[in-house]
Formats: sequence, C-alpha cells, structure tokens
Amino acid sequence: MLELQNINKIFGQFTPNENHALKNINLKINQGDFITIIGSNGAGKSTLYNIIAGTYAPTNGEIFLLGDPPHALRKITKQPEYKRAKFIGRIFQNPLLGTAGKLSLEDNMLLASYKGIRSLKINLNDKKREEFRERISVLGMNLEHRLKDNVELFSGGQRQALTLLMAVMSNPQILLLDEHTAALDPSNAAKVMELTEKFAREYNLTVLMITHNIHQAIASGNRLLMMDGGEIIIDIPKEKKEKLSVGDLLNWFKEIKHKDLDNDRILLG
Amino acid sequence: MAEVILIEGLIYGITALGVFISFRILDFPDLTVDGSFPLGAAIMAFCLLHGVNPALSFFLSFLGGCGAGLVTALIHSKLKVPSLLAGILTMTMLYSVNLRILENKANVSFLKIDTIFNQVRTFAESLGGGFVSGDVAIVIFMLFFAFILKILLDLFFYTDYGIAMYALGSNPQLITSYGMNQERIKGVGIALSNGLVALSGGLASLYNGYSDIGYGTGIIVAGLATVMLGEFLLRSNKIFWLTTRVLLGSILYRGLMFLARMYGYKIGMEPNDLKLMTGLLIIVCLFVSKNDIKHIVKKGLLNRKEGIT
Ligand SMILES: Nc1ncnc2c1ncn2[C@@H]1O[C@H](COP(=O)(O)OP(=O)(O)OP(=O)(O)O)[C@@H](O)[C@H]1O
Ligand SMILES: [Mg+2]
Repeated sequence: MLELQNINKIFGQFTPNENHALKNINLKINQGDFITIIGSNGAGKSTLYNIIAGTYAPTNGEIFLLGDPPHALRKITKQPEYKRAKFIGRIFQNPLLGTAGKLSLEDNMLLASYKGIRSLKINLNDKKREEFRERISVLGMNLEHRLKDNVELFSGGQRQALTLLMAVMSNPQILLLDEHTAALDPSNAAKVMELTEKFAREYNLTVLMITHNIHQAIASGNRLLMMDGGEIIIDIPKEKKEKLSVGDLLNWFKEIKHKDLDNDRILLG
Repeated sequence: MAEVILIEGLIYGITALGVFISFRILDFPDLTVDGSFPLGAAIMAFCLLHGVNPALSFFLSFLGGCGAGLVTALIHSKLKVPSLLAGILTMTMLYSVNLRILENKANVSFLKIDTIFNQVRTFAESLGGGFVSGDVAIVIFMLFFAFILKILLDLFFYTDYGIAMYALGSNPQLITSYGMNQERIKGVGIALSNGLVALSGGLASLYNGYSDIGYGTGIIVAGLATVMLGEFLLRSNKIFWLTTRVLLGSILYRGLMFLARMYGYKIGMEPNDLKLMTGLLIIVCLFVSKNDIKHIVKKGLLNRKEGIT
C-alpha cells in the first residue's frame, strides 16, 4: 500500500540550525491498516505526513504508493504534491483547512466528489444535490438542508466532520489524519472520532492517525507507532495491541529511551 | 447625462469584473490591470487603423490582455515573486509594448474611422422620428454586450473548473488536496481577468474616439472602488448576484464621478482631483466594511430612542 524506505529529512542542512527531523524511517503499511501514531511535540509526526503527502521532499530515501489500476507500487518520491494527492487524503488539525469557507456546502462537496483536473462541465444538478443530501445526513449534524449555505457559517465540529466526509468521498488510497479532533470541544471530538471509525470500517480505508490522546491511540486502530526524536521507536502490531495498556507503553518507552515519557499532553490527553 | 453614466458604467464595469476575479475570487492583488487596460485600447487602435473587423478586434484585445495576465502569473509562480511585484513588472513592461503597438504615438484618434459605436449611432438615427437617440442606442448595445459577457462568466463559475477557481481563492490547500495544480488555475484566472480588462479598454477607446498611452493610470484603483461599492449594494453568495453587483457598483461609481465632475467646482474641486476622490472613496469603503457601519448606525438609533422614551 505505502512503503517508506530509509527516509531522512534534515531541515536547514549544513546550516547552524540543522535539524534532523526524520531519521532512517522504514515503514510498510498494508491495505486496510488503521495505524495510530503518538509521540511528544517535535517528534516528527507531522513531518512524516509532509513527506508522504509531498509537501516536502525527503533529504534521502524513497516512497512507494499503490496507485491507479493496475494496482502496483509506484515510486512517488519526486511526484509533486498535487499529483499524488489523487491517492492521498489528508486532514489537518485546523478545521478551516479542509473546506473552502466562501463556497457553499454543495460546491464544496462537488469539489470533493472526485480528484484531479476539472473540466468546463456543469456537473452540479438536482440529482447530485439529492446524492449530497443523502451523504451529508450520515453526519447527523442537520446539514442536509443547508446545501446552499456557505461553509464559513458552520461550526468547527461541523466543518471537521464535513472535511472527513469530503476526504472519504474522494476515494483516497490512504487517509492521513493529523490530530484532526484536537481543535474541537470534547463532544464534537467524540462525534468526529466516531465518524472516523465508521467510515474506516465501511469503506475499508487505510488510515494513519496522529493523536495526542494515548487512550485513543490504544483504543482505535489495529497498529500503533510511537515516534520520538525523528525515529519510530515502537511499532505494535494488531495481536499485541489488543492487550496493550498505557502502563506497558510507558515502560517500553523507559526501556528504550532510558528516561520517563514526560509529556502532559500525551498522558492526560 | 444618464446615458453617459450608463455607457461608462457598463464599459468600465467589464474592467471591474476583471478586478473582481483577481482581487475577490482569486485573492490575488493584480496590478497588471493598469497596463492591460491601455493594451486593449492600443490593440483596438491597431486593428482599426489596419481595417480588422470589429468582432475580431474585440477578440484580439481580449487575447492580448490574457497574454499580459499570463506573464504576471508566470512571473509570480515560476520566480516565486509576490503578486504585487509581478503585476508591477508586467505593467511597467506593457507601457513600452503599448507604445510599440500605437506605433510610437502617445495618442491615436479614431476621428476618421467609422467605429462600431458610430455605426450603432447612425443606425439608430436612420430609424428616424427621434425614437431612439444615438446615445440610447449605445446604452442598449452596451447593455447587451455587458450582459452576455456577465452570463458567460456566471456560467464559467458554475462549471467544475470555475468552482475550483473560486475555491482556490478561499482555501488554496484544498485545491492541492483534491489533486489540482494551484498555479495553473491561478494562471487561467489572472489571464481571464486581464482579458476582460483589455476588452474593456478597447471599448473605452472606441467610445472616447481615441486611444491614449495614459489610459491606464488609476484604472486598478477605480476598479477596486467599483467592486467595493457594489458590495454595499447587495449581499449574496450566488455568483449571479456577485457579478451583477459589480456592474451595478460600476454604474454607481460612474454616477458619483459624473456628479463630482459636474458639480465639484462648487466646492472648489477640479477634474484633476478625481483620482484623489477615488482613493478617498476606497478608504471610506474600507472603513465602513471594517466597522460595519450599519451596526453602528443601528446602535446609535437605538440609543437615541432609548434616550427619548
Ligand atoms: N518547515 C520546517 N522547517 C524547519 N524545521 C521544521 C519544519 N517543519 C518541522 N520542523 C522541525 O521538525 C521537527 C519535527 O516537527 P513536527 O512538526 O514533525 O513535529 P510533530 O511530531 O508533528 O509535533 P507536534 O506534536 O507538536 O505536532 C521539529 O523540531 C520542528 O521544529
Ligand atoms: Mg504535528
């Protein structure tokens, strides 16, 4: 599905502020995996996403992704971000980044209904609207009667749920979630998380989810990665993850790093 | 008087549509406009002097403007130059280009040429009976022209491509996320915008009866003032009304300028003060929209009422 081989990312290489943000990352992700990622601030989690999505090029190493049929891994290391975005869905912490506020709900959904270059066709019609209404009702947020409203009028929770729906509608091979519930209040966060798991199940999505909530990281998904100092220090597969407790994780961290994991956001999150 | 305001409002309204696309839809402050407007006028002059047919000359003016816009977009995206600077570069270069097209004359008169506006006028008068005056006929012609253009533009913004262009100005990340090239869409938008501006420049020169190298000064500011005025007239998120209000704003702006020209002398204003007035108008618009004057007025009224009772 997705494969990273010996990925390194060094910011400001050969300058006094040289920062080795990713160190020799090797990662193989299988179709249908739901992987949760934890790690303290600056561990390199978002940088990992930036490398996968193509926002930054790695300093060295290669990336392979399963593309269009005939399904085969293709090297995408040098492909520009917008091209590989055809196969990658990404949701940021900031709910404003996933939708266009000045566009109506229906226009946003139309934009998300497929990926790639647009034509001069007028595709928005009543049949499409009916379809959108049906899809948006799944969110259970009473948005089905607001197709003509600008998205900027919606709440953060509504926008993030919509972002998630739009990402799913576009049929990505892999979905990258970067603390996508962190900016929401607890009830909205729970709602968006519930939707995330529902969509992942129903569409058999391959998901990577960064979270600061260690309980959530343990509860969701079938594989867990812990990052620290630009490395993946712990990789827990499905079988082991089912019996995993917070205590186990903290102990392992201590064993590997010879120090305590002292990150309030992770422990209390 | 009303005819002149309407004609000018509609002609310059097409410029304002262009400015609306760059400033409002793409969120790209594009100063190329001050060069592409006279470019359109210069191409029109060239076409008239060389006997090119009217429809083709309009098309060539439009195309010229598109080219100018494309240059700005390329400077911006390929050299990573900020949009303002890219626009200024193109605008400055266009001054020389325009002079070349005008065959190194600063001013070319169409006095001896039977332009499309003359033809419309003669046609109206040939109907006889003073039923439609020449100016009214031009108003009708321009109404048609601007309306068709506006409808075409509206249709464009209903297409998938148009919606993507609109989204680009609102959230560029979204365009990348859904697999589109931001730079390419921006380039098309800026080209379209300047094409409209150049077309409007061509029309303006036809109406005025001459093409002048200095046509462009302050066009961008006037266009911006127009767009802002329009935004006070109507509130909507439908593209049909968004473009309608640009044209209405243009007529209003020309009306204001007409009044300033006609009666300004009473408060000691000279024609040369008009640009100053336009600038001040923008500042007032910015102030009002920032402070939501309606709110303030309403609050003031409420307070007064409370005071009385
Ligand atoms: N564009 C950049 N230029 C320079 N350094 C960067 C850049 N982006 C990230 N870094 C650095 O890379 C390191 C990893 O950052 P990253 O954003 O990946 O952390 P993170 O694990 O996502 O942290 P958080 O939990 O705070 O989001 C940090 O030291 C950061 O300062
Ligand atoms: Mg991060």
